[in-house]
Amino acid sequence: MAEILIKNGFVFDPVTGVKGDKKDIAIRDGKIVDSVSSSAKVYDASGKTVMAGAVEIHAHVAGPKVNEGRNYRPEDKLFVNRAAESKGTRTTGGFSIPTTFKTGYSYAKMGYTVVMEAAMPPLYARHVHEEIRDTPIVDEGAFPVFGNNWFVLEYLKNNEVENTAAYISWLLRASKGYAVKIVNPGGTEAWGWGLNCLSVNDPVPYFDITPAQIVKGLIEANEYLGLPHSIHIHANNLGNPGNFSTTLDTFRLAEGYRANNRFGREQTMHHTHVQFHAYGGDSWLNFESKAPEIMDYVNSHPNLTIDTGNVTLDETTTMTADGPFEHHLTELNHLKWANVDVELETAAGIVPYVYSPNVKVCAIQWAIGLELALLARDPMRCFITTDHPNAGPFTRYPRIIKWLMSKASRDERLNTFKHADKVISATNVGGMDREITFYEIAQMTRAGPAKALGLSAMYGGLAPGMDADVVVYDINPETSFSGEEIERAFSAASLVVKTGVPVVEDGRVINNGNKRTLWVDAKVNENAQVMRDVEEKFLKFYSVNLNNYEVQGHHYIPNPFAIEVDATQ
Amino acid sequence: METVTLTLKTTPTLMLEAEAISPDGLAGKTPDQIRALPVYMGRETYTLGEYFDVSGSPGSTAAETKVVVKGDLSRVKYLGSKMSAGEMVIEGNADMYVGAWMSGGRLTVKGSVDDFAGTGMKGGELLIEGNAGNYLGSAYRGDWRGMQGGLIRVKGNAGSDTGYFMNGGTIIVEGNVDVHVGTHAEGGTIVIKGNAKSRLGGQMVEGTIILLGTVDVMMPGFKYVGDEEVDVDGQKFLMSAYIGDLGERHRKRKGATIYGRLLIRKPAPADIAASREARLARAREAKKARFIAPEETASA
Repeated sequence: MAEILIKNGFVFDPVTGVKGDKKDIAIRDGKIVDSVSSSAKVYDASGKTVMAGAVEIHAHVAGPKVNEGRNYRPEDKLFVNRAAESKGTRTTGGFSIPTTFKTGYSYAKMGYTVVMEAAMPPLYARHVHEEIRDTPIVDEGAFPVFGNNWFVLEYLKNNEVENTAAYISWLLRASKGYAVKIVNPGGTEAWGWGLNCLSVNDPVPYFDITPAQIVKGLIEANEYLGLPHSIHIHANNLGNPGNFSTTLDTFRLAEGYRANNRFGREQTMHHTHVQFHAYGGDSWLNFESKAPEIMDYVNSHPNLTIDTGNVTLDETTTMTADGPFEHHLTELNHLKWANVDVELETAAGIVPYVYSPNVKVCAIQWAIGLELALLARDPMRCFITTDHPNAGPFTRYPRIIKWLMSKASRDERLNTFKHADKVISATNVGGMDREITFYEIAQMTRAGPAKALGLSAMYGGLAPGMDADVVVYDINPETSFSGEEIERAFSAASLVVKTGVPVVEDGRVINNGNKRTLWVDAKVNENAQVMRDVEEKFLKFYSVNLNNYEVQGHHYIPNPFAIEVDATQ
Repeated sequence: METVTLTLKTTPTLMLEAEAISPDGLAGKTPDQIRALPVYMGRETYTLGEYFDVSGSPGSTAAETKVVVKGDLSRVKYLGSKMSAGEMVIEGNADMYVGAWMSGGRLTVKGSVDDFAGTGMKGGELLIEGNAGNYLGSAYRGDWRGMQGGLIRVKGNAGSDTGYFMNGGTIIVEGNVDVHVGTHAEGGTIVIKGNAKSRLGGQMVEGTIILLGTVDVMMPGFKYVGDEEVDVDGQKFLMSAYIGDLGERHRKRKGATIYGRLLIRKPAPADIAASREARLARAREAKKARFIAPEETASA
């Protein structure tokens, strides 16, 4: 089958430890190999940078909440719709909530080959998978939300970890999900009573359980099953001044647990979009960065991974399963609000948001996101995200990389904020000299997230035997380069090979690739109680019956890739 | 200032989207380059030259360019949209989005325009000598940022939803308006010289609506706060001032709450007596009808 040789590029690969050496990358039958025959198709990458395909660990790119964002924000599409740019590709549209096609193409052009949808409401898993199916090129998985699920709340109230694990196993199979996502544990359910849980000890009404119990129980169930990814949490009290203490309390819940899995994952908790959870002060007036306090804890606790949630200073659309937060936000900015309750499982809210460089709080948020990455001592445990589209669209990753790699670009932005003086005094980024290297970028966007997801055998590296996801960026790491050149190079890769197939050349999509849907098939011992509970809840409470719930068949998942886990012993 | 004239050759079968036709779109181009500009119909792209004769030539910048468009343009959209300077004259009727998102210059329409004229307008002057459709000087669908600045003057009537989500600038309608005026407005001024129907200033947070004619039904969220004299186009009128919409949030400036303002011309005393007489006559008629009606029904 097809052989490809990418010659003479400067290779950055944390998996094999290559730090910018000139190396050839050989590809055969969709895998990286040691060498290829002389008939291989040769790409000359001399003077360019070569990395593995990037791995997106947290983005909202498919499903009912994303689609409602598209529906209720026609202005997001104004002036940005484009005709198909080559044969075989489709029309694209939307800025902060792009169409599925634009989502696939944009990720591919930036060199991303794997994307995780961060919050799948299980009841609407079918919709999520239909959108994933329509997102070309990138391999995708989706995280069903568990932190406000009635089954989970009831089992964990009685400390029934084994039943929780059996239910997780059933729901991952029913929804074709990838990992255990937790959004504002207990708080979203409390929102059904018009309440919220702002600390890890606030009891959830009716269920009489605390967020701390939910999180600890789900860690135990996750490690009981030995899932590839750890729990993936968006903690309580998102977005409020002074919330860093809630975040530290949440981090501490993972202390004392050991990662149990066969995938090489070391963490027991992944905390997402930490930028939104690293705030000091007690009002918007004395709002300040607590990134150093947060990163002190992260740096000294190897059982934890995080992603940043960088603010990109754009007009965007916030969307989260944190229902009470979105209500809080619409009361702040008075823009349109969508809200939905998802029966026994979760909720969601949507509000547009303008991160203006002229607003002090937005500029401080921008600084906090960068500080988290710049303070990370282990780039294998701190990943770059924008919590797309919440802190900004994912298409701005090249700009974030620019700000991280170039102190000059970062300072230029910082010093031209309208309230630069106040921003500088409320943050630390102005005093930071660190410039993230290409190797560290490869750790933060490739090897790190792949390892945290339990996918390090397939993605995030260029070792022989791994999937041939290879990206060539037109930038020479051995010459001096400006921040603008970094942004341009990372925006449009010279070459992207996805599982051995060239999909992007010179920044243009040339092939729709061989997209797969990743899901986790966790086997547990037969559990009659859980199955009886499932049937009973569907009879009594759900608006659909069981047969209309499960995601199965070619229509939803034309090209599945199941990762098997055996927890039967 | 140089003038370029575009004359429509045939009325398009479907709606033609011609966002290129504006001083900004044509400035600095040769007639041949202008003929080659894209226009869109359905999913197809055509050249401007296929639909328009081009004569004269534009100036080198928008500010030095006058564009004259002739023919029946009632199926041509986006004329003069996004113009920032210069002058443009449309010598007939035009379809939707005339002068939308314009930020400067002067755009005159000799005929009437369809919906969404002056959508998201930021500056400049838009003069419509005929009537305007719905959503004059409004926000694009879904957007909360409507007209921001500039002046729109309509010699005839305007449709419904004038100044929807308006934030700034001035709209003057010399004729009548349909329902919904200044809905969700957070600034700007709307002047109606004719009559209005109902729902003036619904969910209005800030801004001013001035009405010289009559209104059929007032919004319940407005409160009478006194009379004041107001200058409209150089003439002074005594007006009843209302604040509202009281059901909405209102921000404070220097301790004082800012409301939307609705000013309705006070009728002259003679008019008041006449209208009182007419109202009483109507009431007498209605009462008579109520007493007579049952007998007639019984005998029928």
